[in-house]
Amino acid sequence: MDKSAMLKVSGLQAWYGESHILHGVDIEVRQGEVVTLLGRNGAGKTTTIKSIMGMVAEREGSISFNGHETINWPSNRIAKAGIAICPEERGIFSSLNVEENLLLPPTVQPGGLSVEEIFTLFPNLKERITSQGTKLSGGEQQMLAIGRILRTGARLLLLDEPTEGLAPVIIQQISRTISRLKEAGFTILLVEQNFRFAATVADRYYVMEGGKVIDEIDNAHLEQHVDKLNEYLGV
Amino acid sequence: MFEILGITSQALFGQLLIGLINGAFYAMLSLGLAVIFGMLNIINFTHGALYMIGAFVAWMLLNYLGVGYWWALVISPIVTGALGVLIERFMLSRLRDLDHLYGLLLTFGLALIFEGLFRQKFGSSGLPYRPPAELTGGTNLGFMFLPNYRAWVISFSLVVCLGTWYAIEHTRLGSYLRAATENPALVQAFGINVSRMITLTYGFGVGLAALAGVLAAPIYQVNPLMGSNIIIVVFAVVVIGGMGSILGSIITGFALGVAEGLTKVFYPEASSTVIFVIMAIVLLIRPTGLFGRSS
Ligand SMILES: Nc1ncnc2c1ncn2[C@@H]1O[C@H](COP(=O)(O)OP(=O)(O)OP(=O)(O)O)[C@@H](O)[C@H]1O
Ligand SMILES: [Mg+2]
Repeated sequence: MDKSAMLKVSGLQAWYGESHILHGVDIEVRQGEVVTLLGRNGAGKTTTIKSIMGMVAEREGSISFNGHETINWPSNRIAKAGIAICPEERGIFSSLNVEENLLLPPTVQPGGLSVEEIFTLFPNLKERITSQGTKLSGGEQQMLAIGRILRTGARLLLLDEPTEGLAPVIIQQISRTISRLKEAGFTILLVEQNFRFAATVADRYYVMEGGKVIDEIDNAHLEQHVDKLNEYLGV
Repeated sequence: MFEILGITSQALFGQLLIGLINGAFYAMLSLGLAVIFGMLNIINFTHGALYMIGAFVAWMLLNYLGVGYWWALVISPIVTGALGVLIERFMLSRLRDLDHLYGLLLTFGLALIFEGLFRQKFGSSGLPYRPPAELTGGTNLGFMFLPNYRAWVISFSLVVCLGTWYAIEHTRLGSYLRAATENPALVQAFGINVSRMITLTYGFGVGLAALAGVLAAPIYQVNPLMGSNIIIVVFAVVVIGGMGSILGSIITGFALGVAEGLTKVFYPEASSTVIFVIMAIVLLIRPTGLFGRSS
């Protein structure tokens, strides 16, 4: 297999209690890539992301990050190895203000963005610095959820549906941000329902269904596969 | 000197002072309970017993090792806090994924065991513990006589309570704590060892109880039953203030101590029940407590 794979997931299975959710997921993300997971509701995208982050208690198979097998690591150890998550529900803390939310994730490696650089990406946050985290608008909360993991020095970002429920202008802003992060050398695994949005940033796509990857598409060939994708996603 | 409703100012201020003293203990104990409840989501029924152990550690330090009050104030919270760490690490942590009822039962059982052991060894008549020489005597304020040791207990516990509040609400470490109370899984996924944080938080809450125990030793004597005597009232304080609210538990603790003291002046018959009456009223009007957030 490709030696330069930063993240290599193979045969990943996951359970929530009795329910078997992932049935052998295979994914590869290379250094500097933006890779998108597509799939209908309930396909297992979030479960895949959370398993990579170590947030699903019962998981089997192999997840290799920078050559380390992390399948049995607790999530805090995985974070320290350089993976950071922006969860689907955003996870902004209501008992923390914007600044505290932003400073919460500890630095895991040198080379993260400074708070000033994050404010350049998301000027709204600077204006709301003393507001309670959950008093921000949905878009601002999303910016905060992305912004706070850029500080830590993590090199692989897991972004779970960052555009869900947001207005088109904000979606554009997030798309520009992801492009800039890619230029800055971040590697990104993105979950999206909207492949039109994903097409503006992604290098490759994996399509998931029923807890498995059922297809892989390169961005260069996206147009040829639009009909197939629409069918997969039930659009 | 003056009189209200046939009550002399001396009696009034005297009871007010006792109320503040009791309030200081209510505040420190309910603060520890609130901190523990926030992180572990369990009501720590062992709290009273650990307060008692804190006082006994001070007594044993003095009588077995000749170590005095000031050192006891430092050593006892550490020793008792370490006991708390062991309890969390080896017992409570195993119950984390189960219903909170199990944690409650465990801590209740431990309280009975600790109390039983100390009664077995020390009887239940209470052992004297003298205040430190520096704090004997008192100050005549004109309208009342203020024993120095009591002034010290009130001011020191205020400092400890407000310091704890500040650390939780306004420091980096406190923001980890607040965040982990809300969403431990995510805080852990950011690289923080939440499990260790929970253990240390429990140890800290226990340390606060022990500190209150050392402060109480010269006032109430050291008695194996001192914990179960006070803890029922402290639970009422927690319910009135609102589970888990930090500032709420401090304010409610002091306020209810004072309310109890004043009742003793104006209507002594009700003084031991007034807190529970207030609790019942608060529960009817605001079930989440005066400072509680409904979740
Ligand atoms: N905490 C949980 N406990 C039990 N089952 C869960 C849990 N979380 C998700 N599931 C189930 O696992 C399956 C996959 O869910 P997952 O959240 O991974 O899907 P998804 O692809 O992210 O969907 P969406 O696009 O709606 O976010 C679903 O059937 C869901 O009902
Ligand atoms: Mg999802």
